[in-house]
Amino acid sequence: MEFIFSEDQLLLQRTVREFLDRECTTEHLRSLWGTPTGRSPGFWAKFAEIGVPGLLVPEVHGGLGMDEVDFVLLLEEAGRAALPEPVIDTALVGASLIAASEDPDLCERWLPRVASGEAVVAVGHAVSPFVSDAHIAALLLMQHGDEVHGVDPNDARLTHQPSNDPSRRLFSVVWTPSDASCLARGPEGRALWAAALDRGALGCAAEQLGVADRLIEMAVAYACQRKQFGVAIGSFQAIKHRLADLYTAIELAKSNAYYGAWALEEGNDELPTAACGARISATEAFDLAGTEMIQMHGGVGFTWEYDCHLFYRRSKLLGLALGSASTWREKLVQRLEAAA
Amino acid sequence: MDLRYTPEQEAFRKEARAWLEAHVPTEPLPSLDTAEGFEAHRQWEHELNAGGWAMVPWPVEYGGRGADLLEWLIFEEEYYRAGAPGRVNQNGIFLLGPTIMEYGTPEQKARYLPKMASSEEVWAQGWSEPNAGSDMAAIQATAALDGDDYVINGQKTWASRGAYADWLFGMFRTDPDSERHHGLTFILVPLDAKGVTVRPIEQLDGEAGFAEVFLDDVRVPVANRLGEPEQGWSVAMATAGFERGLMLRSPARFQNTARKLVGLYRETAATAERIDPCLRDEVARCWMDAEAYALNTYQTVSRLLAGGKIGAEASLNKIFWSELDMKMHETALRLLGARAELLPAAPAASGVGSWLDGFLFALSGPIYAGTNEVQRNIIAERILGLPRR
Repeated sequence: MEFIFSEDQLLLQRTVREFLDRECTTEHLRSLWGTPTGRSPGFWAKFAEIGVPGLLVPEVHGGLGMDEVDFVLLLEEAGRAALPEPVIDTALVGASLIAASEDPDLCERWLPRVASGEAVVAVGHAVSPFVSDAHIAALLLMQHGDEVHGVDPNDARLTHQPSNDPSRRLFSVVWTPSDASCLARGPEGRALWAAALDRGALGCAAEQLGVADRLIEMAVAYACQRKQFGVAIGSFQAIKHRLADLYTAIELAKSNAYYGAWALEEGNDELPTAACGARISATEAFDLAGTEMIQMHGGVGFTWEYDCHLFYRRSKLLGLALGSASTWREKLVQRLEAAA
Repeated sequence: MDLRYTPEQEAFRKEARAWLEAHVPTEPLPSLDTAEGFEAHRQWEHELNAGGWAMVPWPVEYGGRGADLLEWLIFEEEYYRAGAPGRVNQNGIFLLGPTIMEYGTPEQKARYLPKMASSEEVWAQGWSEPNAGSDMAAIQATAALDGDDYVINGQKTWASRGAYADWLFGMFRTDPDSERHHGLTFILVPLDAKGVTVRPIEQLDGEAGFAEVFLDDVRVPVANRLGEPEQGWSVAMATAGFERGLMLRSPARFQNTARKLVGLYRETAATAERIDPCLRDEVARCWMDAEAYALNTYQTVSRLLAGGKIGAEASLNKIFWSELDMKMHETALRLLGARAELLPAAPAASGVGSWLDGFLFALSGPIYAGTNEVQRNIIAERILGLPRR
């Protein structure tokens, strides 16, 4: 029993933070909103230089062959930077779905390209009516009942569904399932999708917690700097206590998320419950963080110019994609009832 | 990161479980806040100590078994799972003991720890005074050096276990010209000393869990001082850290309550015509939060074992467990509805349990060991860096 990250894991986290501090500033994010793809050209190639896209890809396919515990802190960093690129779908869910299919041709064809940053993968879960970033994906992994299908985007009709978050790019995808596109079906397909959904939820939880960390830092900085009644507003207990509650919620949610990452790595039967805990607590911690942060910034928190809304929107929407906290609480209840 | 237990840890768990199964009283003991219950609990502590289970992380020479903190958590899990009695000497074994381990002289360790482990000496806390509650640095009770003795005068209050305990630990002002947290000294006081008057205070639940302690020219040898003179604040902060952080309320206590709550939900759902889905969600949330608290504690312990220290994050734990405890009991009361108020003697009380008593006790959680308001200030100022004023 050792519930702690290694020095190497923390080092990798710092590397990714420095990378995103350079490559994903909020000015840069804003500059992409009006562009046709909304995405940064060359980003994935650079991201691949520090190994993130292929982190979970086995070494034989050109990846780093690392695990989800190594990955979870990096997803926090992605959230912290409000990175809009499909890191979860490509590197956490997509790469694992492909590897878990145990289809040598499929692995040989896609995993090296994922690891090198050449290919981005988009994932269409049945719980979500939209597929994020389908427009830049080289491969769509689509759920059709219990079946897993690998779809060439050229064989699908994509309809852009503009999002309230100008960084997000959502699409309806119309396509025709065929034997040729089917990668897995039956109990195997069902298990793959169940794991993929838990993975996606855990990835969203980690990103949300990264956003929440950023928000609490912004709120603390503002509360220390903003003076009213002759003192910094952060000296008022009304502010202190709310930030303390926020910090507590985030820390406990992190424990859930790290446990979820470990359960993913182990692939053990604690995963479904761990994923529920991670998803619910992260969404709730974020909901608190986002609301409090806007409130603590007062009027400027409600402006377009200030970055508050950018982080707020991202995390709020991550908490609604893949089923809301209510949906996951329902799943948790069912799992607890089944455990009787 | 590896959240599996080692074979040694599994073996330790098995050994603890077997001992507890063979020794835990089958009938619950009377409340430890009654004279009779206090003695019954002391007897139980004697038995635990004879088995070597009183304080597993302590060195063998002081009555422990040299276990690490992870094994201590495992022991706690088994202890609560077995439904074993509350720890009458928790102020001693969980709070003062670790402080003596850190600040005590070899003589003090040998003098106090074994009798603490066996509960031959049960300890009360003497932190608060009538004018020093959340503002503990406002302590007024004095200890004047007179030859080889301190002469103590003043009043302590809300002394947990004070009504029946043998000893009291607390801070006293040894420098009469000092202010705030300077000039305080940590001293151990026998409650049978001349000049000590203990007046039990009846709690909200009708029992005498705490007491006022009046000290009039009480002479205590200088050897009863823990740590350096005038350094009492640092010593007390270590004790408070143990109290809030880890020892006083291990996660097992709350996981056990959560399990019982899930059990109550199942029983209610099996017989009720309809059960409010909101209540079902609340039960699941309580269970999840108790698990999260356990996970968070395993993280803290892993950090400690890797050479880290427990700091202001202890305040986070304290807020979380005390408020979770209230939420769990509140949820149980809502599941029970009108039957919640029945005493065990009531003909219709079957299955009601002691949730209402538990709820009333849970009300004290956000107060004792430093109010949750103070804990929130600590998190805001020491972890987040918000300005004190």
